Amino acid sequence: MSKSDFTRRNVMAAGAAGLATPTLFTGATWAASHAGFTNAPEGDTVTLGFNVPQSGPYADEGADELRAYELAVEHLNGGGDGGMIPTFSSKTLEGNGILGKKVEFVTGDTQTKSDAARASAKSMIEKDGAIMITGGSSSGVAVAVQALCQEAGIIFMAGLTHSNDTTGKDRKANGFRHFFNSYMSGAALAPILAANYGTDRKAYHLTADYNWGYTTEEAVRTSTEAVGWETVNTVLTPLTQTDFSSYIAPVLQTDADVLVLNHYGGNMVNSLTNAVQFGLRDKLVNGKNFEIVVPLYSRLMARGAGANVKGIFGSTNWHWSLPDEGSQAFTRSFGTKYGFPPSQAAHTCYVQTLLYADAVNRAGSFNPCAVGEALKDFEFDGLGNGPTLYRGDDHQCFKDVLVVRGKENPTSEFDLLEIVEITPVAQVTYPPDHPQFGGAAASLGSCNPGA
Amino acid sequence: MEAIILQVLNGLDKGSAYALIALGLTLIFGTLGVVNFAHGALFMIGAFCAVTLQRLLSLSHEVVDETQKDFLGNPLKVDVPYLYDWLGADAGQAVINWSVPLAILFSIPIMVLIGISMERGLIKHFYKRPHADQILVTFGLAIVLQEIIKAFYGANPIPTPAPPAFTGSFDFGALIGLENIIYPYWRLIYFCFSMFVIAGVFAFLQFTTFGMVVRAGMADRETVGMLGINIDKRFTIMFAIAACVAGLAGVMYTPINSPNYHMGMDFLVLSFVVVVVGGMGSLPGAVLAGFLLGILESFASMAQVIDLLPGINQIIIYLVAIVILLTRPRGLLGRKGVMED
Repeated sequence: MSKSDFTRRNVMAAGAAGLATPTLFTGATWAASHAGFTNAPEGDTVTLGFNVPQSGPYADEGADELRAYELAVEHLNGGGDGGMIPTFSSKTLEGNGILGKKVEFVTGDTQTKSDAARASAKSMIEKDGAIMITGGSSSGVAVAVQALCQEAGIIFMAGLTHSNDTTGKDRKANGFRHFFNSYMSGAALAPILAANYGTDRKAYHLTADYNWGYTTEEAVRTSTEAVGWETVNTVLTPLTQTDFSSYIAPVLQTDADVLVLNHYGGNMVNSLTNAVQFGLRDKLVNGKNFEIVVPLYSRLMARGAGANVKGIFGSTNWHWSLPDEGSQAFTRSFGTKYGFPPSQAAHTCYVQTLLYADAVNRAGSFNPCAVGEALKDFEFDGLGNGPTLYRGDDHQCFKDVLVVRGKENPTSEFDLLEIVEITPVAQVTYPPDHPQFGGAAASLGSCNPGA
Repeated sequence: MEAIILQVLNGLDKGSAYALIALGLTLIFGTLGVVNFAHGALFMIGAFCAVTLQRLLSLSHEVVDETQKDFLGNPLKVDVPYLYDWLGADAGQAVINWSVPLAILFSIPIMVLIGISMERGLIKHFYKRPHADQILVTFGLAIVLQEIIKAFYGANPIPTPAPPAFTGSFDFGALIGLENIIYPYWRLIYFCFSMFVIAGVFAFLQFTTFGMVVRAGMADRETVGMLGINIDKRFTIMFAIAACVAGLAGVMYTPINSPNYHMGMDFLVLSFVVVVVGGMGSLPGAVLAGFLLGILESFASMAQVIDLLPGINQIIIYLVAIVILLTRPRGLLGRKGVMED
């Protein structure tokens, strides 16, 4: 698609007028049909597909996602204490499944590999008859599975995926993301960093050499430069790197006074540990204390870095210590069942399942295009992040973002992060055609109901 | 100048790990003729010996602290290590803080036992099988071992810090009149430790009767056997020693990077490259190549080098391996006839 005169809306409008494609139909039209789409449920059950990393380096995060999914299914079917269902602003969920059908589920193992994730999603769609696929702990996996679901005519409710591309240049009509993204992290972090470290800072970026790393570096670099910081250098590090000493040591030879680690998972644990070992946090550069920033925090991963996370700023989608009614209900429900508080990955997966179920109920159909219409521009509250909008233009949720800091005196292994600020949604909102999200050329395409 | 010195130091500690693993690999290959793809798993098991000892020393009982609340709003249950009760809080914590050095002693019998079990239970059945079979079975064993570790310890890295006395950095710059050459104490200790282990292995092979017999067996197994010497028993012990070397390398590596179940695989491929570059069956070659590739990898990670040759940091080791194998097909110090039949 050319960048010139076309906008997504114009193209969609033209397509709707001139072509006999599924975009001709409105949500109401789709809702009238309970067949004619992939895996239309028969009988009194409906099957959801939970595609999470059950092996590989993110297996613990995947296990937490799976716990959340199982809890969501239990609550949808009327079991347990209902979790967030009573606090959810939409009141279509009554504990009788989805559209009266009992919810069942199958699971797949993404292995945090795009090809394996696509294979497991395909299997769940084709063999198990899953009507919706959800999950994942990596943006590479999310983009790959989202594209597969688009082709198959299945709704994809993304799990933990933070890259701008998931709802940016790789956005799809059948794909929806509740989790926040790199841009939002940068926009939320920059003012806090400026307030705490000043506006005259020189940053050195170490960036994981893959999709998520690129978008996070761009987002944080852009937003910190906007508050006056200078970017001294940006260096890509191999995803398979385990010892970052040879990347950390050169930082000492520059006049940088901040190190930004655009790393996640094991990369983050190792690079942060190595940076602290090299005494970066004890250094005085340009008359200021040297600081380290981790744009995306995960409590599960932060555990691996131990005491090294103390005092380090980052951002997160959600935290169990949030005081709102929804967060407390979910933490209580999850904690009572499993004995420890949920992670942000668990939260987003639980919420996505409830949002999907509610959208089906409101649409009155499992047809992916009807569900998509129900989710588009849907405003809700009570699910832990305050008032939230599922924006129709890119299927990205817009909500408050948490800026957190490694806690100095944790009381337990779950109490590693403290919330520094809840950044209001207005501060992290951007136009759908923002350059970091594929610009004007980015398009959702048409909804695909499949068969 | 400062950058070069720092990268040499970086290369030395990285090379230490490569050299120790490659040394064990070469010992096993040189004595038993087995290509052991499970050797990285032995490094990982060593690291988890340190994790296990840390957990054993931290075994706790719960004490309810009414002044604090847990995430569910209940009174907080605080874990108090039994060592606090037995030795007092300060002394108890000091012992826990020293779990990594203590794990050196803890890991030796475990690694010896694992080494002997592995050799007697599995590897010996593959002595006369092709190298491809050996690679398949040992690689399979490595996967089984890492999945067992994952089942017990989870997939996430587990922090295993060095004793507080060694957590700082040493200012080399102050010694030689340059700025910004600081280096973590523990990495220096790791380098010294590896040199000590390497020297110990070489001395054992060079200056003991046992070592002499093993070296003779490596050169001509059949003749040594005909002299009435039970060379198989000695080779089993060598396998245990190689397992021990890998395990100790893993124990001491834990404060550098938090151990996870996959760490053995991360080192395995590079260590095999080190063995091939050093020369199959050559112990000095393995050590030399370990340090050489470690230092080259560090230099290739410098921003100036990456700017000049983007991506060089990801391929440097393999590039050097190709060049060395093209110019010296037997590796740096390889001997004629090894893996050439």
